[in-house]
Amino acid sequence: TQSSGSSGINAEYGEEVNKQLETMGYNIGVRLIDDFLAHSPSVTRCSTLEEVAEVLCKQGFKMFLGIVPEVRNWSSAKDEFSLVITENPLAEYVELPPHCQDCLWYSNIICGVIRGALEMVQMDVKCSFVGDTLRGNDSTEIRIKFVKILEDSLPAGED
Amino acid sequence: MSKDEENKLVYGMLHSLKSFVGRISPDTSDAFQSYQTNNYRLTMYETPSGVKFVMNTSLELPLQATRDILHSLYKEVYVEYAVKNHMLSLQTPINSDLFKDKLEAFIHSKMRE
Repeated sequence: TQSSGSSGINAEYGEEVNKQLETMGYNIGVRLIDDFLAHSPSVTRCSTLEEVAEVLCKQGFKMFLGIVPEVRNWSSAKDEFSLVITENPLAEYVELPPHCQDCLWYSNIICGVIRGALEMVQMDVKCSFVGDTLRGNDSTEIRIKFVKILEDSLPAGED
Repeated sequence: MSKDEENKLVYGMLHSLKSFVGRISPDTSDAFQSYQTNNYRLTMYETPSGVKFVMNTSLELPLQATRDILHSLYKEVYVEYAVKNHMLSLQTPINSDLFKDKLEAFIHSKMRE
């Protein structure tokens, strides 16, 4: 392992890795949604963010990671909420090296998957980690913020 | 009519019909499912992710059975051989022999039932 450099370099490196993980997740998410929907025929387009949170946790996470995160900390405007994960299968047997402790969101791929999958059902969200037990935080928590509904787009050449 | 022209025609028609149904219906969540003539029925199955499956059948096959077939097609062919193939673009016409073969095999198996 490399010796840790100054914290400035680590932070930049960490940010780059986090971004790459998110992008990888996004590319997975835009396709994963169809796998999910094909195996959940009762699921229709959600009309509220509460519905989205429920389907995401009880069906989405359950299907692909075998866990059901807890939905918590709704904003007063009901446009933001947290997912709290107690047992993260991606982090099992994982220990972060010291130079990653402050900058790396190890499971950031999950945020990308959520963003990509929701985009395919016309919902634009911001999704990011606010805590991770791998980093010594109290809980592993993802914050999801609703941005806007995306208009159904037409393929090029139509109007 | 070339395949390309036919596809454009069908797509344009579906888009207009969807919009029409949505506007004229008392229930805003109502969605277009099919139309029929004396000779055939066109059935559309649309996923929440916006993927549309369209099939023309004879009138003998009941509507719900056709929709079930289209859902199975989504699950067993489209997801397995198009979505899960990361080399395959889903924004352009699907160019995959494997997909074509699996699609044909699927349809033939349904026709035998």
